Amino acid sequence: MGAALKMAKLPAVAPAAAVAERSLLRFLTCGSVDDGKSTLIGRLLYETGSVFEDQMEALTRDSARFGTTGKDLDFALLVDGLSAEREQGITIDVAYRYFSTPRRSFIAADTPGHEQYTRNMATGASTADVAIVLVDARKGLLPQTRRHSYIVSMLGVRRVIVAINKMDLVGYRQEVFDAIVRDYTALVPELGFAEVHLIPLSARNGDCITGPSSAMPWYQGPALLNVLETIGTEARDDAVFRLPVQWVNRPNLDFRGFSGTVASGSLSTGEAVTVLPRGRQTTVTGILGPDGDQKTARAGEAVTLTFADEVDVSRGDVIVRAGHVANGQRVIAARLLAMTDTPITPGRGYLVKIGTSLASARLVSLDHAIDVHTYARQPAENLPMNAIGLATLRFETDVIATSYADCAVLGSLLLIDPFTNEAAALGIVEAVDGEKPAEQSSTSTALARIGAALMSAGLLSPRSDETAVLRDLTGRMGNAALTGLLIGVIAGAPGAGVIGLAADLVLRPLVQMGLAAVWRAIDARRRGRADITISLDGGGI
Amino acid sequence: MTSRGHLKALEAESIFILREVVATCEKPVLLYSIGKDSAVLLHLAMKAFAPGKLPFPLMHVDTTWKFREMVSFRDETVKRLGLDLIVHVNEEGVKAGVNPIASGSAVHTDVMKTQGLKQALDKYGFDAAFGGARRDEEKSRAKERIFSLRSADHRWDPKAQRPEPWALFNTRKRKGESFRVFPLSNWTETDVWDYIALENIPVVPLYFAKPRPVVYRNGALIMRDDERLPLHPGETVHMKTVRFRTLGCYPLTGAVESTAATLDDIIAEMRASRASERQGRVIDHDGASSMELKKQEGYF
Ligand SMILES: Nc1nc2c(ncn2[C@@H]2O[C@H](COP(=O)(O)OP(=O)(O)OP(=O)(O)O)[C@@H](O)[C@H]2O)c(=O)[nH]1
Ligand SMILES: [Mg+2]
Repeated sequence: MGAALKMAKLPAVAPAAAVAERSLLRFLTCGSVDDGKSTLIGRLLYETGSVFEDQMEALTRDSARFGTTGKDLDFALLVDGLSAEREQGITIDVAYRYFSTPRRSFIAADTPGHEQYTRNMATGASTADVAIVLVDARKGLLPQTRRHSYIVSMLGVRRVIVAINKMDLVGYRQEVFDAIVRDYTALVPELGFAEVHLIPLSARNGDCITGPSSAMPWYQGPALLNVLETIGTEARDDAVFRLPVQWVNRPNLDFRGFSGTVASGSLSTGEAVTVLPRGRQTTVTGILGPDGDQKTARAGEAVTLTFADEVDVSRGDVIVRAGHVANGQRVIAARLLAMTDTPITPGRGYLVKIGTSLASARLVSLDHAIDVHTYARQPAENLPMNAIGLATLRFETDVIATSYADCAVLGSLLLIDPFTNEAAALGIVEAVDGEKPAEQSSTSTALARIGAALMSAGLLSPRSDETAVLRDLTGRMGNAALTGLLIGVIAGAPGAGVIGLAADLVLRPLVQMGLAAVWRAIDARRRGRADITISLDGGGI
Repeated sequence: MTSRGHLKALEAESIFILREVVATCEKPVLLYSIGKDSAVLLHLAMKAFAPGKLPFPLMHVDTTWKFREMVSFRDETVKRLGLDLIVHVNEEGVKAGVNPIASGSAVHTDVMKTQGLKQALDKYGFDAAFGGARRDEEKSRAKERIFSLRSADHRWDPKAQRPEPWALFNTRKRKGESFRVFPLSNWTETDVWDYIALENIPVVPLYFAKPRPVVYRNGALIMRDDERLPLHPGETVHMKTVRFRTLGCYPLTGAVESTAATLDDIIAEMRASRASERQGRVIDHDGASSMELKKQEGYF
């Protein structure tokens, strides 16, 4: 597997469930302890008329009993629903809340700020389209702000709202806001976000939640709810049909169907398919959907397929269109978030759930761990709880996996401890061994080649600390301009010939900048978006 | 109105969950409580396993105090769809004379529902039980996983829930442990009614307004469904046009005055309502975190 691929941090598309409906937005709140996440969700529920009268009465009683806000209503108590949470005034586990405005419906995941419960934050982030990262205006960026921002980025959330909260406690002063904007903006290139909005708020007093705040006339941008109502969601542009087989439906001798939810792409009756990993071919004779027979199966739909031949198909197999080249994998590189007290350790065996398959694997090596303060890569012996790192996993059998960027369903995994049955880590697939070039876009192919060329030229070290260099570079010259230059060169590169030509001019800064940033920018370009939008006032800066 | 696309996405998610259980658990059961959520859950299960029959039975833990119309609706549904239904009654509770009126709602619910459910799960050895609970119903339910692991004695530990990222359910468990699985977790009350209208799903007629015999008691309108409900001195039975937003044991379920007699009326009324659906449930008000406590002890 190429080091260039290992380094690349690929953007991902939103999970299938989030895509089917344009007017539905899934978001989470995250950030450090006590920054006001639950208060903000409670405030949003209240402001959108989603709190019923009997629940308001209960809130009044609860605020008097457990409240942290003196005589005022403690909106966090609308959301912190467990008795342990109410007693301690903290969030322990993610709460899912549902509300809507005339423009959109929302599924909000309020996640805990405590480091101890990072796994619950990641659970909430895995299905989100948008993240609201809260920052306490008095405290600025804290280690948890950085950790949560990294996890959000790792799990493929490309759109972020930075809510700089508790502005009431800093006299609603613009300098405080501006300083935090500067600090956060410096993190953004490393995180690969497509869109970042920064908004000053007071969740407790309701400033800038639904409209402009008279306390902050200096802020001309949109209020939080306006951004939530209008922010874009990721569109899927995936032509590859993939259906992980979930269950074999054999009610009687006359019917044998294969049930599952389409992970990507679409397929119609009469088309030829291949069943991976064994590679058997057949033709689709029928598609049974929730409303009966249908002609075509599309991403996100739960269907049952019937075939022309008696092929051997079982749970964990993946049905693809015939001609789609993909092999079962034995080795993958996965970025992991450790979730239990027992550290993730090289040499240990795990059960890995990817899609509908559950396979035994050994953790061969830990390539690096991420320092959440600096995002630098460091060598590591193991990954203790809440640590993040890149690992190589070797399966005992062939497994169908893709990179998370290609397909969230077949690119996300759970690492399960076979003895305790606990999920020891969640992870995303960053690279698969033996991936056929046909599976990649021409730009990815060109990049992979450039990466390989850089490696052989000794210009690229897998362990080079891109972060520090990048920060330095960004300070000295416009990052967007630099990225634009590189993208222009690389996206237009037909093949290896250009590499030699471009090497002197471009490759040195490219290496210094780190391929990660380039990957992200190229992908954004490929999808026809601006590289990164950072907005304070509805427009870019 | 929830858009059709959104309802179809919820439908697909629920079907995925139903299939995941059947593919990975040994002996699932669908806990059928006859109300609108159970009706939707059953409808989704029929779709998930079509053209076959349901690969698991339904089970109703009968407290013996359900509305008569609920019981007849249950039996008709089972006949119409050719289902396999287990009705379990906690006979010990019946023998001990436990009932919602003399014993109070807390004891009645614990003995006849929670203990009854645990008895039945143990008796048949079910290792996964589907329930129709939604996260929007109550603040502790908003915190529960779709696959909720229960210990061998059926307890829920809210502080040690398994992470549940994406739709990657960790369905591994030890012998004796079981799952409560909630395929409707992400549905709201509005979604449920909109889906019932979209799919024409039959529901118990008690949801629709009609003149019914009710008494005012402790601020609630209680329907006198049979002679077992004693009248307190000074209480009289009135015929009032009422309906129910949730259904449970009749002495513990408050009716609402309403003229909503069609699905469209119900949906319009719900949208205008300023009270939550569970307000009419006497059992939820037994204590500040009574739902969470009941769940820890093995309730749904
Ligand atoms: N003055 C002021 N206080 C706030 C504001 N937002 C939240 N708080 C207070 O900050 C405290 C913590 O708020 P929470 O909403 O519980 O914080 P959280 O981020 O959800 O905390 P965890 O979930 O435990 O990480 C509470 O006492 C809130 O009332 C704000 O805008 N201004
Ligand atoms: Mg909180």
